[in-house]
Amino acid sequence: MSDKVDNKNSEAGKEGMNRREVLKGLATIPVLGAMAYGAIKKVRFEDNRKSNLKQVVNLSSEDPNMYSYSKSDRQIRIGLIGFGIRGEQLMRAAGFAHPEVIDNLKEASVKNSSDKRYDDYLNQDNLNIVINGVSDVFDYRSERAQLAAANEDREGISGSFLKKAKIYKNWRDLVAADDIDAVIIATPDHWHSKMAIEAARHGKHVYVEKAMTRTIEEAFELKNAIKEANIVFQLGHQGRQTESNLKAREAINKGVIGNVNLIEVCTNRNSPNGAWVYDIHPDANENTIDWQQFEEPCEVKHPFSLERFFRWRCWWDYGTGLSGDLLTHEYDAINQIMDLGIPDSAVASGGVYFYKDKKAGHYINEVREVPDVFQVSFDYKDRDLTLLYSASLASNMERGKMIMGHDGYMDLGNTLNIYADRESTKYSDKIKTGIIKPDLPIYTFIPGRNNVDAVSSPTEQYFAGRGLLYTYRSGKRVDTTHLHIKEWIEAIRESLDTGKTILPSCNINMGFQEAITAHMATIAYREQRTVFWDKENEKIV
Amino acid sequence: MKRFFRGINQDYSNYQLSILVVFRVMIGWHFLYEGITKILNPNWTSVGYLLDSGGLFSGFFKFIAASPELLKLVDFINIYGLTAIGLGLILGLFTQLFTLGGMLLLAFYYLSHPPIIGFNYAIPSEGNYLFVNKTLIEMAGLWVLYLFPTSMKIGLDTFIFKVKN
Repeated sequence: MSDKVDNKNSEAGKEGMNRREVLKGLATIPVLGAMAYGAIKKVRFEDNRKSNLKQVVNLSSEDPNMYSYSKSDRQIRIGLIGFGIRGEQLMRAAGFAHPEVIDNLKEASVKNSSDKRYDDYLNQDNLNIVINGVSDVFDYRSERAQLAAANEDREGISGSFLKKAKIYKNWRDLVAADDIDAVIIATPDHWHSKMAIEAARHGKHVYVEKAMTRTIEEAFELKNAIKEANIVFQLGHQGRQTESNLKAREAINKGVIGNVNLIEVCTNRNSPNGAWVYDIHPDANENTIDWQQFEEPCEVKHPFSLERFFRWRCWWDYGTGLSGDLLTHEYDAINQIMDLGIPDSAVASGGVYFYKDKKAGHYINEVREVPDVFQVSFDYKDRDLTLLYSASLASNMERGKMIMGHDGYMDLGNTLNIYADRESTKYSDKIKTGIIKPDLPIYTFIPGRNNVDAVSSPTEQYFAGRGLLYTYRSGKRVDTTHLHIKEWIEAIRESLDTGKTILPSCNINMGFQEAITAHMATIAYREQRTVFWDKENEKIV
Repeated sequence: MKRFFRGINQDYSNYQLSILVVFRVMIGWHFLYEGITKILNPNWTSVGYLLDSGGLFSGFFKFIAASPELLKLVDFINIYGLTAIGLGLILGLFTQLFTLGGMLLLAFYYLSHPPIIGFNYAIPSEGNYLFVNKTLIEMAGLWVLYLFPTSMKIGLDTFIFKVKN
């Protein structure tokens, strides 16, 4: 400081400060008192509101513990049938990603440091399994599956691989093989029940993709075969592992939203891939695809068609369209939350309203049979409720699962929000006193909320929003499909170690309910009538 | 030092001095309460805000969000920086330093979510802004306070800088 200031300061020095100057120096301190008073009052108000809400919605704060199986180190030997899009995803979830997939993830993480999918994948648990056999009717895919099966070290294409898995030209030889304990089936739906039944007869444990079967009859046959064989069966609804579904179940059981009278679930997609108009692989031809084997279960045989082979979901001969493919995911989530079982009746509507423009590439030779806009209304008379499914494959408007009750409603995706209804009987006092504000959630659950989320593609976001892609365990992001396969593998170990019958989360009973429900919707659409389920005689009328 | 405290010998009328102090305390209050709410919420993190960034510098802010170590540092600076700046402005303690610190933080907030044409943000805002928003105005307010300091007359700086000699 300059001399002038120094002089001035020394004149006015510490001793020289008069009372007035000292008071002025301290004048703003009381403001802190006001801040402390205000802040404490506000915190108390919020705490009071929270503790009041906690009395209303008292859900557990621990991570859900779904099962506790023995942790023996027995290695499970797997055979895989079907290495299309889903088969490849299942192998990846089981710990055997194709080296190209690893390279793509690695490259994405280098390009964008917030893309954590590569790290997530390397951190995924090792399930202690080995892939001993693979089978696909398209040669390119079976060879690709063989290389993926050799990638237990999760390396890129430059890694070294020992191809141990045997390629089976016919799946029947795979399910009969001695060095296979369990099979994963990811073929088109028309093969599901036949393969699962044959595998069960050979004592193999079964993981099969949804929809469980293509027809009603197959659902009965498969249920009986699995029960007779006493093997561990898991249906591929990975939503069973989603934490928000488990929270929603707890909330429903505790009566948080009162009597549920209407549930609305939806599917929205808007891309050729999302509508199953997949690319035709350049290596595909009559020599590389075993068309005869592909068509074997069909009552009416069709001439070789690349369009039918790659886009099989568009025809009734191989699948059941929206009902088997996407309604089942939504239904199974609600069944998991509310134990709905098979509905009393189903009505359906819709049609092929968009994917019929040849010039736009919607089809090559044959317009699809399965609808791209589809609505189903299921009624549950004993439960006094309706389950509504609404789908469009040509609009991306995002709609969550909505469960509506007299006292409140919940909006459920990967996150869960519960609101009180303003006319609720149960909450009327608390709404009057202002403890509950109907426009604010009374409960919110966001899994992994403290984590940095990786950048995902729109399709991934779609699935993640519906709990179909990722869930969180102890704040760590994990693939739900991985958790679903893991549960199955651990259930197999438990069954082999103890000899007991083990029913995992999406077992044959759940699968049977899923299949019958989906088929009621398909029949209602195709026959344009109300379809009823005769509970006593277990048949559709 | 002299330059840093430029204006200390300026004579304000009592009216001018009072309004400048009220202004200083109000901005200080805003900073302090932002800091306190973050201290009280153990789950608070700047990650959502950073990921929501847009405009020319969004890459920089998203880079911070993606790095756990940097994010920790940025969270720390936000929580305790806001609190310290708030206290400094209210008490009139090291006021010039905290005023500059406050301007720096506000500059980052402004640049992470610039109200320029073509960008909309998930973080809700209560008004309509084009180029100028409340963050920028608050920054200009601190600039005014920096050039018209008051803490040597009303504030703890009175004692510190006088006792020193």
